[in-house]
Amino acid sequence: MSILLKVENLSRSFGGIHANSDITFDVNEGEILGVIGPNGAGKSTLFDLITGFTKSDKGKVILRDKNITNIRPDLICRLGVGRTFQKLKPFADQTLLENVIVGALVKEKNLKVARDKALEIIDFVDLIEKRHHYAKELSTGQRKRLELARALATDPKLLLMDEVTGGVDQRTIPGLVELVLKLKKNGITVVTIEHNMKIIMDISDRILALNQGKRIAFDIPKNISQNSQVIDAYLGTVDAA
Amino acid sequence: MNLISKELLQAKNEPLNYFNKNSLIIIGLVVLGLFLYPFISPSKFALHLLMMIFMHAVMSQSWNVLAGFSGQISLGHAIFFGIGAYASGYFYTKFQITPWVGIIIGIAISAFVALLIGIPMLRLKGHYFAIATLLIGISFQVIFQRWSEVGGSAGLYVPINRDSPWLSMQFHKSKVSYYYITLVFFIITFFLVWLLNRSKLGYRLKAIRDQSEAASSLGIHVSKYKVIAFIISAMIMAPMGSIYAQYVLIIDPNNTFSVDISILVLLISVMGGVGNIWGPIIGSSILIPISEFSRIYFGGTGRSIDLIIYGILIISICIFRPSGIVSLIPKSFREREKAK
Repeated sequence: MSILLKVENLSRSFGGIHANSDITFDVNEGEILGVIGPNGAGKSTLFDLITGFTKSDKGKVILRDKNITNIRPDLICRLGVGRTFQKLKPFADQTLLENVIVGALVKEKNLKVARDKALEIIDFVDLIEKRHHYAKELSTGQRKRLELARALATDPKLLLMDEVTGGVDQRTIPGLVELVLKLKKNGITVVTIEHNMKIIMDISDRILALNQGKRIAFDIPKNISQNSQVIDAYLGTVDAA
Repeated sequence: MNLISKELLQAKNEPLNYFNKNSLIIIGLVVLGLFLYPFISPSKFALHLLMMIFMHAVMSQSWNVLAGFSGQISLGHAIFFGIGAYASGYFYTKFQITPWVGIIIGIAISAFVALLIGIPMLRLKGHYFAIATLLIGISFQVIFQRWSEVGGSAGLYVPINRDSPWLSMQFHKSKVSYYYITLVFFIITFFLVWLLNRSKLGYRLKAIRDQSEAASSLGIHVSKYKVIAFIISAMIMAPMGSIYAQYVLIIDPNNTFSVDISILVLLISVMGGVGNIWGPIIGSSILIPISEFSRIYFGGTGRSIDLIIYGILIISICIFRPSGIVSLIPKSFREREKAK
């Protein structure tokens, strides 16, 4: 299995806070990598660093053999890295279809071709009936699918998903999880931030655990669930009390 | 298995753009009516009023392309109006170059100026961009007030030419030719902006307007496209300055590079509906008659009456219809139809 993304010693501080310090990990082609950690662990910052939204102080991000550290977000997208946002950012005053067309235009020159591709992806995320609804009229779960569809339309090799199941009700979660697994089947490599432990343990091939900006574990799910540092981070240490 | 693909197939067969037959017919009839209107020998004032409506609709559309499509609020759009006016006026006065070429020179200079000021300024976000454009607009006025080559604060008087009206773009006998010139510019501008709205560029600009971070995560170079929008906007504005100059034949910095124009084009769009291509037409059709009629009825004594009425209207719009008067038009007449 070849390595798609390599992150080496990635660091970023905001004032005195080390949001990310010396994060190192890699992502294999075709796998689902889960990223876990308590609030403020630096998960979203890590995504922002990889996708160029935040400039790193130190370290490298390498996509295949290309160094993509600190280049512009739009170029990173064109190189095949898609992302969704934790705080959803739909184009609210445009329809679902128009939202996804914007993504499809990255690779497609022709508007009609882009439209058809967008429709296929909207169908893939099971929202085809809603294609002419404005983004602001969609539910949170549907907006998550919208963001996913929009990112997928750019033909990513690697998709970074920030809390797909966050903020949606229990009934919506299985569908979203199924969707992530469907992505994997379609050969898309996924890095996903998740708070729901059950889900992340089930779907991930490997898990990266962060706490206070540092990597505390990077392993297969079974070992992660027994890792004392991870348990400490989530439940607090016994002897600290 | 093919339950879903049926809906998909149907979706793919839908036309890329929806056209409402009724609205197309209405637009066609209105355009035809406007072309035939001079044949019923209307008054000079009626022609003047319509011309002003067309001109201001175009000027406001220029502002709308920047603000409504890419989300940048400009308070200095008179810059391009002034450049257009001075380009045609100066080259005609000094070198006898026909204003038709002057219009093109004005468009080119405006595009260049938009590029120069757009690159540094469009990095500013929101309010800061608005403040910067306001100040640059005023700076332009000051520069032209001091620039003796273009007449300083007295401005330029375009020499009268009665021999070749079309070449000199001066029509002293009637306003009909001016009327047709502005009408043609008006129709061309709206057609081009209508195309822009549904082009790839349009999709990208609206994405930037709604969510610039998401746009850049979708491969859109945000600052590049903002500059492109600014350039297009400037190119729409400039010819109106040139036509205005040929209409009044006096070009001075106070009337061309004026903050009033920058604010007026904004008010018209806000009134009609920002980000909607029909907004500027509606806004212009309401605000321009108000100012022309108040000028007639109150004359010199009531010079600001129109502004008071504007103020009341704009405040009411902001309170009751923040998305502009265009939102009063029933959905069925708007272009985009939502599937049931």
